[in-house]
Amino acid sequence: MYFNVFGEKVSKARYREMVNAAKNRRELITAGLTSRRELFKMGLLTAGGMLVAKSGLSARAGQQVQTNNPPSSGQNTSPGTNQNCVPGNQTASPPTRPFVQALPIMPVTRGVSSLTPAPTENPNVGAGEVRAAPFQAPLIDSTRFPVVPSTLYNIHQRQFATSQHPDLPTQTLWGFDDGTGTRSPGPTYQAFYGKPQLTRNTNSLPSITEKNNTGFGMASVSTHLHNAHNPSESDGNPCDFYTNGRFCDQYYPNVLAGFNSDHEPNGDINESLSTLWYHDHRVDFTSQNTYKGLLGFYCLFNQFDTGNEETGFRLPSFPQFDIPLAFADKVYDPESGQLVFDLFNLDGILGDKFLVNGVVQPFLNVEPRRYRFRLLDTGPSRFYEYFLTDLNNLSSQNPYWLIGTDGNLLPHPVQIESVRIGPAERVDVIIDFRPFAGKTIYLENRLNQLSGQGPAAIDSQVAAQNSATTECSLVLNSNQPAILPAGAGNLLLQFRVSGRAVTDNSVDPASNPTFYQLPDTTQEPRIVRTFKFDRLNGQWSVNGQFMDCNTFRFAVRQNSAEQWLLTNLTGDWTHPIHIHLEEHQILSRNRVTPTLPGDSGRKDVTQVHPNERVQLFFRFRDWLGKYPIHCHNVVHEDHAMMALWHVVPAGQEDNINVP
Amino acid sequence: MQGVSRRKMLGMLGIAPVVVGVAETAGANIHLGASSRLTLSEQARRRIQEQHLPDIPLITHEGKPVRFYKDLIKDKTVSLNFFFAKCDEVCPLVMANLAKVQKLLGSQVGRDIFMYSFTLKPDEDTLEVLRHHRSMYHAGPGWTFLTAKPDDMETLRKAIGFTYPEPAIDKDKTQHIGNIRYGNEPLMLWSACPGMGHAKWIAETLEWAIHPETNRVQAS
Repeated sequence: MYFNVFGEKVSKARYREMVNAAKNRRELITAGLTSRRELFKMGLLTAGGMLVAKSGLSARAGQQVQTNNPPSSGQNTSPGTNQNCVPGNQTASPPTRPFVQALPIMPVTRGVSSLTPAPTENPNVGAGEVRAAPFQAPLIDSTRFPVVPSTLYNIHQRQFATSQHPDLPTQTLWGFDDGTGTRSPGPTYQAFYGKPQLTRNTNSLPSITEKNNTGFGMASVSTHLHNAHNPSESDGNPCDFYTNGRFCDQYYPNVLAGFNSDHEPNGDINESLSTLWYHDHRVDFTSQNTYKGLLGFYCLFNQFDTGNEETGFRLPSFPQFDIPLAFADKVYDPESGQLVFDLFNLDGILGDKFLVNGVVQPFLNVEPRRYRFRLLDTGPSRFYEYFLTDLNNLSSQNPYWLIGTDGNLLPHPVQIESVRIGPAERVDVIIDFRPFAGKTIYLENRLNQLSGQGPAAIDSQVAAQNSATTECSLVLNSNQPAILPAGAGNLLLQFRVSGRAVTDNSVDPASNPTFYQLPDTTQEPRIVRTFKFDRLNGQWSVNGQFMDCNTFRFAVRQNSAEQWLLTNLTGDWTHPIHIHLEEHQILSRNRVTPTLPGDSGRKDVTQVHPNERVQLFFRFRDWLGKYPIHCHNVVHEDHAMMALWHVVPAGQEDNINVP
Repeated sequence: MQGVSRRKMLGMLGIAPVVVGVAETAGANIHLGASSRLTLSEQARRRIQEQHLPDIPLITHEGKPVRFYKDLIKDKTVSLNFFFAKCDEVCPLVMANLAKVQKLLGSQVGRDIFMYSFTLKPDEDTLEVLRHHRSMYHAGPGWTFLTAKPDDMETLRKAIGFTYPEPAIDKDKTQHIGNIRYGNEPLMLWSACPGMGHAKWIAETLEWAIHPETNRVQAS
């Protein structure tokens, strides 16, 4: 099924023509905007030359199917790596024994009673603060949002040494220190609606000009609170960054969307957020800096989602039975055992070691009762589809409950056998371990992925032929990514379920409890914007242009509704697109109302699949200022698949061209 | 070197000093074994060099034989891009941008940062063509155009990651990667930006590689 940008059905041939025409047009526009006249002057370019039709990206829609060695050796409790394959010119990591270390659970971030110097409404430039603008929240209501709120955090980004597996040497990473020691993932914020807080993020990484880099990472930071309904000056914009010795005070109002617009004064309860995360967002270097450790969780609670299983929605109690899990895949040097990052990759990076909360393949002792897990794909580029696997009974289906997507609880729990997420997406799930009392089971990723392109189909015949090679190549036409057989994927986390019965006061998802309602999406959009995600000669683009911190692409009117159409023109790539400030709801994928439970709720990252057009509903409320839209395959993001936009008061939106 | 034929040029490359390209790669394990005295940081730098910055022989537009790592990259801040003279789509845009970038960076080019443009078609782009091309973009002394044996150039292109995962597209030179790779070699700061972006932004990006201690903040 092919559609034009207006959602009308077109033939495949017409679709290709459109794609080519759009590409040629973009090239002309690009030429005109930058240097076309000069090129003519130089005699390097003819109008004809630019207009020549070429196969362009549609060439990728061809039928070349190729793959590498069988996509997984993950069927193991045996020693080894649980790996798919190592892309390109990377070497395979050294072997590590699976499930020999306990899952680290990040402590709750420790607050401080005061900060010196005290936070100021305007950036305290004299003291070394790097912030774009005054705090917005105190200007709206200085009683509710005092410049110095009672909840304060004094956080430093620091270099530290840690072990990610007993079979690997000590690693030098970057993490967050709340005063109790540096760790990665950083400590987990336990935040509450109605309790504004301020975090002072100080860059205490080694001086950037010291010649002691471990091979990747830029000690220049901007910490973004991902998914927060936050004012732009505190959002952690990729274009505002600072080096050693500088700091930024970031004001997190912890207030519901709508509080200063359509749901005054407290906001819309149906916009409640729960699972957020913070991570470095430094333009061009986000992939390296997050890979090096600069990320952590931010869990937001309210009177319903209380963190106490005896109150409110009665979800499993935080932190004992409510555990954030940060997933990452990484590569280690086979000789030195040191963490390495492929600096010279434009497509996306896959690792052959799977980490949860900063360690390779850990185990977790659990009671036979319900747990809430907050699953986060920290990237850089891998997608996961999570299954529960009993290696002694591979044919068994082991359902669990999906209760939230990204930062948001769904209206009701949905029973699932698996759920798929891409980089930066989260799911909240409830796993009931009672059926597994006394057993060992696994959280397994059974999604096949061979390159930065995204999930891939498998051609088993070709796979067998190429089994001698170790190099990754890829599979095209991956509309139906393959789910590997149970036990043949990547075993990520081992659950050791104790045999003794315990009390469980948490809600039974099977009783179909109601959490929140989905906000209404019928409001007439003020404007419909189209975003085309494409690749022009290897350069990741949004609407034919590239990330540029000095260029704002359009302006959104504050407190208005919009529809955004995200269109993927890149053939075989899946792009997880993230939009700051406000969440969205997916109205359609290629004109069809989405049916997957993961698409039904509120989102801040949406996967846009090959040749897909996704229609999103937005309201942009309460705050003003600059925000980005970008691909969260962080390698694409770092190579310019990002655009900046503003929220402006009514009447000012026409100053900047609307795409 | 005016008027050097392609055959002559390749001949020159052939006799260019030593065979380090192959030896370095093959020697990777040997030296890592002996690397225990290096700090982790030194090991990491070595690793980047071995995997991504091969010491292949090249010839500058002036006809001077050079080594990629030793002469062009080591201890320097650089920008790298690929082009060919008869490329009528992406290259003219990227090269015109680089000409602007050179102007914006001013006297830093050739002192604090070195710009290198590599031909993807050593068979076609003789030294004369390179020089002619260079003059069209008013390239100053810090912006060097280079050629190499085709196989070596392919090694270089792949090593710095200017590839497509799809083999058919990777072979199609009209779709070649239009990015500009930039890096500060001693500090191991490497990234890339689109060559077809705005020249002002590209120049600012390259300035960070030269001055990574820069803080940036911009009011919305």
